Amino acid sequence: MRHDTREGKAGSHTMAAVLTGSAAELTETLASPGRPRGRSRRQRTIADNLAAYLFMAGGIACFAAFSWYPIVRGIFLSFQQTNFVTDPEWVGFANFQAIFADPLFWTAWRNSLYFTVLALIFGYAVPFVAAVLLNELRHFTGFLRVTVYLPVMLPPIVSVLLWQYFYDPGPGLFNSVLRGLGMPTSEWIQSTDTAMISLVLVSTWANMGASTIIYLAGLQAISGELYEAAELDGAGLWRRIRHVTIPQMRFLLVVMLLLQIIATMQVFIEPYRLTGGGPENATVTVLLLIYRYAFVTNYDFGLATAMSVLLFVVLAAFSAIYLRLTRRAD
Amino acid sequence: MKTGTTSKALGLALTASIALLSAACSSKEKTPEATGPVTLIVNGQPPASAAEDRQNFDDDVKAFETKYPNINIEPREGFMDPKTFPAKLAGGQLEDVFYVYFTDPAGLIARRQVMDVSTYLKDYPTLADIRPDLLKVFSDSAGKVYGVPTANYSMGLLYNRKLFTQAGLDPNSPPKTWDDVRAAAKKISTLGNGVVGYGDYSKSNTGGWHFTQWMYSLGGDVAAKDGDTWKAAFNNDQGKQVLQYLHDMRFTDNSMGSRQLLEWADLLTMMGAGKLGMYLAAPDNVPLLVKQFKGTYADYGLAPAPGGIATLGGGEGYMFKPGLSEAKVRAGLTWIAWKYNNPDRSDEKNQKAKAADSPVGLPEPMIWTGSSAQKVKDSAVKFANVPVENYQSFAQAAGTIQVKVEPPNAQQIYAVLDNVMQAVLTKQDANFDALLKSAETQVNTILASVK
Repeated sequence: MRHDTREGKAGSHTMAAVLTGSAAELTETLASPGRPRGRSRRQRTIADNLAAYLFMAGGIACFAAFSWYPIVRGIFLSFQQTNFVTDPEWVGFANFQAIFADPLFWTAWRNSLYFTVLALIFGYAVPFVAAVLLNELRHFTGFLRVTVYLPVMLPPIVSVLLWQYFYDPGPGLFNSVLRGLGMPTSEWIQSTDTAMISLVLVSTWANMGASTIIYLAGLQAISGELYEAAELDGAGLWRRIRHVTIPQMRFLLVVMLLLQIIATMQVFIEPYRLTGGGPENATVTVLLLIYRYAFVTNYDFGLATAMSVLLFVVLAAFSAIYLRLTRRAD
Repeated sequence: MKTGTTSKALGLALTASIALLSAACSSKEKTPEATGPVTLIVNGQPPASAAEDRQNFDDDVKAFETKYPNINIEPREGFMDPKTFPAKLAGGQLEDVFYVYFTDPAGLIARRQVMDVSTYLKDYPTLADIRPDLLKVFSDSAGKVYGVPTANYSMGLLYNRKLFTQAGLDPNSPPKTWDDVRAAAKKISTLGNGVVGYGDYSKSNTGGWHFTQWMYSLGGDVAAKDGDTWKAAFNNDQGKQVLQYLHDMRFTDNSMGSRQLLEWADLLTMMGAGKLGMYLAAPDNVPLLVKQFKGTYADYGLAPAPGGIATLGGGEGYMFKPGLSEAKVRAGLTWIAWKYNNPDRSDEKNQKAKAADSPVGLPEPMIWTGSSAQKVKDSAVKFANVPVENYQSFAQAAGTIQVKVEPPNAQQIYAVLDNVMQAVLTKQDANFDALLKSAETQVNTILASVK
């Protein structure tokens, strides 16, 4: 649907004035959209917002130093061979060729994708369902919110060590319960068939609390009138969720899906600590391979950054395509 | 509105140029070397949490500076951490003389991240008595030396004497062969209550490390030189024998416990908790068990690696940052020779250690030959505060058992062999031939890059 871009521009200017909190500019904009008197608009904008720009400069400097610089330096490193003593040597695409030739390359990508898909199936809906339930409850809501969020507050390494005990095929918690119920036990992380899903369960448990709280905030922002109108039209709980809740939460759901995919493609702590990439490379992921290239097997930052750049490009391309496909004029 | 687009573009350009400028300017500061008194930055200083060790180190620094007033030592905490080493090197923060494990020199030398100190060694007579096979670890193929070993270890069988007694085994007669280990493990595992007879690693490259130890103990190798090239040497009867032993203990006797995918800290914890009968370990594990898990020395014994043919050795030492002046290299060698490689200070060191309740009398380290070796041994006997009789068989065999170092590109090979250990310890129907064949192909690819 096309609309008059001039109105859009004027509207966005007004919005900018509101957002930057400049009352003087807002008054002037609304009262006289024509040419200002005295100083130019740019000079007035800068003068009025000097403090804000100064604060922003600090933020940009930190961001540049601690985010942009490592990214750009990493891209350079991926085309270099360096020992951090003599000047780095440009090697073109040699690092990329080397990682493509690694027999574990495709295994790592396959495993990372497998983890992401399993995490979507098992871990995407769970926080949303938990948030919907929490939103509907009238009692013990505070306690339940804390319970859901508690795993997020645990340091990841502590969660992983806890689950190491849970997954012990002998006296571990899960198999003890299964044995007690007369059900067949599992090898969990010690079997190539169940290792990856075991890691997904750990990751979902440890991270769902944050997503649940975000969804809960979104649910509570939905106007009650919409639900009342739906009830008046005879909609039951499921239809209200389908026709009110989910459409109202659409933006949040779409963004959270993208963020989850980006995060799960970078899974590291669970395979690193629980399985070491095993059994038999069943849980070697892209991040684990990057870590090994840099610190364990090759001590080669060229290889590690080449793989990192590749991951960056893949995730950036995916994000761009995803956002384009899910964009719609609201 | 133009300013919106312009300021967005300006902002991006500013951020990008800051980033590009910083990235392109990867300058290395070159500070002029001091003339006259030399300041030497070293690491290996124990952390403040280890109060006694820290105090001893600092006292040593003062005593050294008194003896050598021209050398000022600036100590730093920490040892070798591969995660921070490249950053320190890139940032010019690497110590002049820095700690390494035996597994580090080959890679550091190949990547030209250390300095050749060969021409200076002859001026330090104490260093002449160091075992040549240990000095070789710090040398390249042309014989140039880049560092000095200060301690070594070799693997043996660490066992819980209490569990041996409870299982009806004689703690003074530890297993000599792998068949003996299997029999003992079976008996110990019948004690129940979560007690495991024999434990082994299969994660984070420690599985591959121990597979190498197994092969050495059976008289085999993991990699062998075939003319000018290295080749995998474990896809044979000895390799199959290793896997058969592990399989039988794990699945037939059920004496290795159900939990696998274990690494270094796991078996240490199990032994410290009194839940493990035996595992392959070096003597330095014993004081760790006593200190970390509040154990007693009387509970632990050391036997030579089963089989008695050969065992895997390792150790530690110090190397030199590239680009040091002659004055700093000499200062560094003086420091190492005085602090770490000084048989004449054995009595003083052992007396202090005994007073601080640190162990004196463990069979290793022993980096010396000749008269230096005798000096060090005599001092250990004089001040021993551990039950040396518990390590007698290990100490006796140390003279005859062959100590072999790790294969080239060890960590990459261990990563491959980890999978073999994982498979054999988690899958009852693991196909030994297929596992060894697949690992051999991968290891040969890794060894092809060794010069």
